[in-house]
Amino acid sequence: MTAPGNVAGVQKLTGLFRKQIFIPIAALLVLIIFNLIADPSFFEITYAQNSAGEPVLSGYLITILDNASELAILAIGMTLVTAASGGQDISVGAAIAISGSVVLRVLCGDNPRPEEMQASILTAFLISCLVSMLFGAFNGTLVAYFNIQPMIATLILYTAGRSIAAWINNNRLPIISDPAFGYFGTFMPGIPVPTPIFIAIICMIITALVLKFTTLGLYTQAVGINPNSAKLNGINPSLIKFITYVIMGLCVAVAGFIKVTRFSTINYSVVALDIEMDAILAVALGGNALSGGKFSMASSILGAYVIQFLTTTLFKFNVSSSALPAYKAVVVIVLVVLSAPTVREKAGKVWRSIRSAKAGKEAA
Amino acid sequence: MQKDSVLEMRGISKSFYSVKALQNVDFTLREGEIHALMGENGAGKSTLIKVLTGVYQKDGGEVFLKGHEGPVSIKSPEEAQKAGISTVYQEITLCPNLTVAENMYIGRTSGVITKWREMNAGAAKMLESLGIPAKAEQQLGTCSIAVQQMVAIARAVDMECRVLILDEPTSSLDESEVAKLFRLMLDLKARGVGIIFVTHFLDQVYEVCDRITVLRDGKLVGEYAIENLPRVELVSKMLGKELNDLSEIKGSGDGVGSDEVIYEADRLSSVAAKSPFDFTIHKGEVNGFTGLLGSGRSECVRAIFGADKVTGGKVMMDGKPVHISHPRDAMKHGIGYLPEDRKRDGIIGDLSVRENIILALQVLEGFFGPISRAKAEKFADEYIKLLEIKTASTETPVKSLSGGNQQKVILARWLLTNPQYLILDEPTRGIDIGTKIEIQKLVLKLAGEGKSVTFISSEIDEMLRTCSRLVVMRDGKAVGELKGDELTQNKIMSTIAGGEK
Repeated sequence: MTAPGNVAGVQKLTGLFRKQIFIPIAALLVLIIFNLIADPSFFEITYAQNSAGEPVLSGYLITILDNASELAILAIGMTLVTAASGGQDISVGAAIAISGSVVLRVLCGDNPRPEEMQASILTAFLISCLVSMLFGAFNGTLVAYFNIQPMIATLILYTAGRSIAAWINNNRLPIISDPAFGYFGTFMPGIPVPTPIFIAIICMIITALVLKFTTLGLYTQAVGINPNSAKLNGINPSLIKFITYVIMGLCVAVAGFIKVTRFSTINYSVVALDIEMDAILAVALGGNALSGGKFSMASSILGAYVIQFLTTTLFKFNVSSSALPAYKAVVVIVLVVLSAPTVREKAGKVWRSIRSAKAGKEAA
Repeated sequence: MQKDSVLEMRGISKSFYSVKALQNVDFTLREGEIHALMGENGAGKSTLIKVLTGVYQKDGGEVFLKGHEGPVSIKSPEEAQKAGISTVYQEITLCPNLTVAENMYIGRTSGVITKWREMNAGAAKMLESLGIPAKAEQQLGTCSIAVQQMVAIARAVDMECRVLILDEPTSSLDESEVAKLFRLMLDLKARGVGIIFVTHFLDQVYEVCDRITVLRDGKLVGEYAIENLPRVELVSKMLGKELNDLSEIKGSGDGVGSDEVIYEADRLSSVAAKSPFDFTIHKGEVNGFTGLLGSGRSECVRAIFGADKVTGGKVMMDGKPVHISHPRDAMKHGIGYLPEDRKRDGIIGDLSVRENIILALQVLEGFFGPISRAKAEKFADEYIKLLEIKTASTETPVKSLSGGNQQKVILARWLLTNPQYLILDEPTRGIDIGTKIEIQKLVLKLAGEGKSVTFISSEIDEMLRTCSRLVVMRDGKAVGELKGDELTQNKIMSTIAGGEK
């Protein structure tokens, strides 16, 4: 009786196996189940007082959503860069230091402990966006017009970025005392949800709108898959690659803004250290080919949350921060192997044969 | 297994999801014969070859090889090679930056030490015995495509193959190169090698083959000795219908066009087409560039389309001067260009049929005007139907389509932009005869609708059927223009060859 519906369901499930977004979803499910078994209190969300004495939501889930914001935003840019240029931008951590430093410099002027901010927060943010996009344009020019491999091209800024960040503020670490500045990295007064979560959501909505109302998605994929054909269809491959790096710069600026507002200051040498690797991992976890071409933005973003979920889980089980990378590496190996197209193809096949064997039995 | 056969395939079946690519196909290859494997695109030729070479695993059937007891199972191309089955593909799969000898021995040396001298000597001996005009130490990339193909064959012969598969080896060769290749094939045949020859060129089949196996829609139509199967019958067997279209194409429109000039180039040149050329095309006209490979015909049309950097010359369209320096400029002026190499310059392999079809129109609509999904699907469906593109759905990645259907997708892409001037560079290369005729008909139909078409083909009779005027190229220069009564095979040949008046 249920056969037709059953068949459709099977097809859907089989399809899901072959869909890209299956990997990050599966990884997330595994993590959730693990935590449910190990300690269900992981999922508790309670009201707590924050430093300003206001009631705010608290719990591991909130921490994950909050802390993953920068990574999710960076994953957006990294996905586009990867798709168009078939390479990755490894300078994003250093670039975050620069953009954070610019925000501080604009707000503080020459005084590292200003009583009052020298400019509006919006001005500082916009200037940092501009600077970040300029650095993105620098990377983009090297990649798109000088045909330098992305990793080598961005290695320049990776090496120099944190020094540039320190130089912008004459090697001092300014601290902003105005509480309004901290609203963006912590909580808005009266709102119990961390502000970075909202910023990340806004970025995702903007990305979705851009992908829907422009042809950026089609062009980046076309350029990434076959630049020759793209060119003969009137697309300018170099320009598209260049644009993706500029967009990456914008993502860096937003992520940098969240970072700097979390503590109202940054430490140039450690802020967002190695975050580029997590961003690249998010793209890979999303099942996107690091050699460029087709991409799934939703998968990348979900990948970013999976990575943060993993980090937070490990923290919860008191893995010391020095041992954290080793644990993470083990999980990464499993995830990356599972997300390899050959493995996915096999999984789909196994699933199909199980289903057809069952269907055969039922029929008999 | 029969006594004189080297390979027998019995009842081979292979499905991809729900598509039956091969159903119960038999194939027999005898010692020392050249056996043509014929069929339209999607008939199952490549699938059969890939089952034989271990690229695909068969779903059913058995393969027998001479010298092996019982059925053999071939699970990978390496196993196929070890079993004496070698394949030479249409695209050269060797390494152009290595020497000829290195290419012949790559992946076959044992141990860590390479005996260079021995290797070069062995290669030189093999090249000489096969009469291949290449030196062992020569870098492969410096040889012509034909010689590279021959080196690939020499490699196969050196591995003592008993079954040699040549998959469309001649599609990028000119006639003298084809002749050389055929001499090599006949030589191998005399040594007892069984050769499976996959091609779309009927002439070539009748020139060298002994037997023909015809496939259609994944089923075996039959195996015939060449003398028992006249050309017309072969074509009708491949198509599954009687064919008298071949001679009757012209007539639906003459492709001469009106006096109105659509496009005019004056001393146009580009970084690729170095010597400046003049060119005009009228409304409703079909003309062509002809010449040997490398004569500069593709470079000329690429200059017209702005595909290479334009270095000089004036262009007028509809009587007004225009500036075309990038494909996008050309597209805006209603020019479409179907490139010669569809894999390298045409398709965007990983994208769907839908995305490939709308791409050019989408670029014209601009960055901020994406075509809605529903509209795109409507366009795709429309052209899939119109051009009879064989695809599972609009969402199938275009790279999984057969060559002819990929070509139709690119054609659909340009037709969708409704160009007033369409340049088709080798639109029929590597495509089965049925599709060829469809494309030729389409070209004349477009001309009948008042569009102008430039048609380039390596097959002169195809050009004669469609074009009303031919520009003849030699060594990068336009050396003549033929029209009307001058459009004969002999006249074209002599102009190409340089029989100056």
